[in-house]
Parts: sequence; structure tokens; C-alpha cells
Amino acid sequence: MDRPKRILVACGTAIATSTVVARGIEEALKERGIIVTTRQCKAAEVKSLVSDADLVVTTTQVPSDLGVPVIQSLAFLTGIGKEEVIEQIIELLKD
Amino acid sequence: MSSAISELLNPQCVVINGTFKSSEEVIRSIGQELFKLGFVKDSFVQAAIDREKVLPTGLPLAGGFNAAIPHTEIEHVIKPALGMAILKKPIIFQNMISPSESVPVSLVFLLALDQPKAQIEMLQEVASVLQNPKLVTELIGQDNVEGVLSCFED
Repeated sequence: MDRPKRILVACGTAIATSTVVARGIEEALKERGIIVTTRQCKAAEVKSLVSDADLVVTTTQVPSDLGVPVIQSLAFLTGIGKEEVIEQIIELLKD
Repeated sequence: MSSAISELLNPQCVVINGTFKSSEEVIRSIGQELFKLGFVKDSFVQAAIDREKVLPTGLPLAGGFNAAIPHTEIEHVIKPALGMAILKKPIIFQNMISPSESVPVSLVFLLALDQPKAQIEMLQEVASVLQNPKLVTELIGQDNVEGVLSCFED
């Protein structure tokens, strides 16, 4: 079996916001039978940690040339557009 | 049954009828109460204000009212706690995801967290409040602390 896909979850300080987002992603994907591992980081750390990730999900600004897909969204905090973002994550993790 | 929010939210740190001109004044008002009660260091208020300028926390919500969740690095916190403000007249915060965009905010949760990735239950409850427009509207309609606390019960 393939290793679980790795999602790097970034926010300002890697304390509060990314905790909610990481847990939200794990739970939403688990409900759909997809196991992923998440790692939280500060936005400023994304560039140095991205080589290990299949996807970046961020609630704040990150550099654009990361070499992996980036989803910038507040959906896991506010609920707005959450289903669409979950679908987008699943789509980007395929292959 | 009490929620993780109720456990960490001190009634003295719920600000309801304040008159504020800026997000800075809102953060200072709640943060000073957290400081007086010994939850945060004297550096906390300024750290939260400074962080808000660089990494803002305004969140546009569904349902018409908006929120903000200011917080700091863990070094300014002594023990975890939660403060709140209900702003009858919305105050401008900047949007977390798009800092140049202004968000008129009616509900503020000031988070004092002493470990990364900790207090997950409380954080998830805060997020589920934000995702519940009916509850947000109910909270903003409260005129006293007892009313606010009762919104988090059951």
C-alpha cells in the first residue's frame, strides 16, 4: 500500500488556527475513507518544509512557487465552502 | 454538561458593553482582564496587538456577522484561557487570508494558549461556534455575561 499522503498545514504561528485546520482535514478525509498525515507549521516555515509534502493547505499568505499544489482557505474555520475544499483536496491527492 | 469553552472562559474576561474605536482597544480590554487574573504575562497584550498587525485574524462568516480570533506565541501565556468580546457596534479587523481586506467584526475570541496544538477541544468548539450562524447571532444578542455563558452550555 502507498504511504499516506502528507499535507502541510500552515498558519501564522502554528498554534491555534492550523490545529483546527489539520484536525478538520484529517476528520473530513477519514470519513471518506482516506487516511492522511498532517504537519503544522508557520507560514514562514512552509518553504523549508514543503519538500516532504504532497499538498499545502494554508490560512494565510505563503510563497507561490512551492512546487506542490497550495490551497488557501478559511473553510475549516468558518465552514464557508468546506465541502468544495474537501473535494478539491481529494482531487489534488489523487494519483 | 460543560463545554471546553466554558471551562476556559472566565466570566471576568467577557467584555460586552465596551465602546471601542479599534481592534487594538478590543484586544487590550480583554487581554488586561486575562493579565489581572494571572493567565498571561504582561507582554501578552502588546504581543497580541503586534501579531494582529502582521498576521491578522479577522474571519468573514456565513450569516452576516464576522469574528476574529487574536492570539500570540505561547511564551506570553502562563496558563490557557479564553476571553471574549461581543461588539454591538462592529470593529474593523483585517482578514486572515487577505490582510488588505477589512472585516467588520462583532465577535472576538482572544485565545491564550500555552502549547502548540493543545486545547484542541476548545479550538474545535470555537470553530464550530463560528460555523453556526444561529449561535453567533444569539451570542451577539446577549446583554450580560450570564447570557453569553449560557450559550455555551449543553
